[in-house]
Amino acid sequence: MERIPILKMGDSLLVSIQVDMHDRLAMTLQDDLTGKIVATRAKGVLIDISSLEVVDSFIGRMLANIAAMARILDARTVVVGMRPAVAITLVELGLSLTGVRTALNVEKGMELIKRTADSEDERGGSRAS
Amino acid sequence: MAEVEHRESLPIDGDGDIVRVRQTVRDWSVKIGFSLVDQTKLVTAASELARNTLVYGQGGTMVLERVLNDRRTGLRLIFEDHGPGIPDIDLALKDGYTTGNGLGLGLSGARRLSQDFEVTSAVGRGTRVVIARWK
Repeated sequence: MERIPILKMGDSLLVSIQVDMHDRLAMTLQDDLTGKIVATRAKGVLIDISSLEVVDSFIGRMLANIAAMARILDARTVVVGMRPAVAITLVELGLSLTGVRTALNVEKGMELIKRTADSEDERGGSRAS
Repeated sequence: MAEVEHRESLPIDGDGDIVRVRQTVRDWSVKIGFSLVDQTKLVTAASELARNTLVYGQGGTMVLERVLNDRRTGLRLIFEDHGPGIPDIDLALKDGYTTGNGLGLGLSGARRLSQDFEVTSAVGRGTRVVIARWK
């Protein structure tokens, strides 16, 4: 079965969506990611959607779901690389991606994950290891 | 009177067909010369409507037409199913309303993303949604 690869980079998981996903593939990614967050104790999830020409309400919901599930599993999600035309379309579609943090590219996304993790640690973070 | 210069029909009977609908609409949007934003809006609207056809209409077809109207070229997409139909179209067009487990943005979002939008439905007989975008 077709799957989107999930890479581990330090404390984070990196997903780069390179194909036009059919709905089942998007659901599989959601399941795979939550499993992998637990298995690797990842603190961050970075999803690169720079190859995606379209984000419709199904993919948008998948991104929001992943962010919500990751949060419950004590990991932060950042979606990076959204194309401008996709952003314009998403807003007009009525999808605000509540709870999904975004950054311009992978590098800025990694910084954001690290910064958030550090500031949570300073506050005495909730993560027990 | 609009003249149809090209017409093709695609089945919508599975997940993979939604992807094919997106690709076909993208190809024709590029051929017509829509801007990138307009391409993205039309492809996204088509994706929402194709999923509605599959999930709520129990499958159907999309007919794509390249039309010429007073020297304006446009792309018209007709989604048709023979599913249960929509009893209350005004309600179905409300943001957030869904009878399934989606976000309720499919139909209302597709309307916002299209220039022409028309939905007709008969309970027990099916639903037909026509959208168009002009250059």
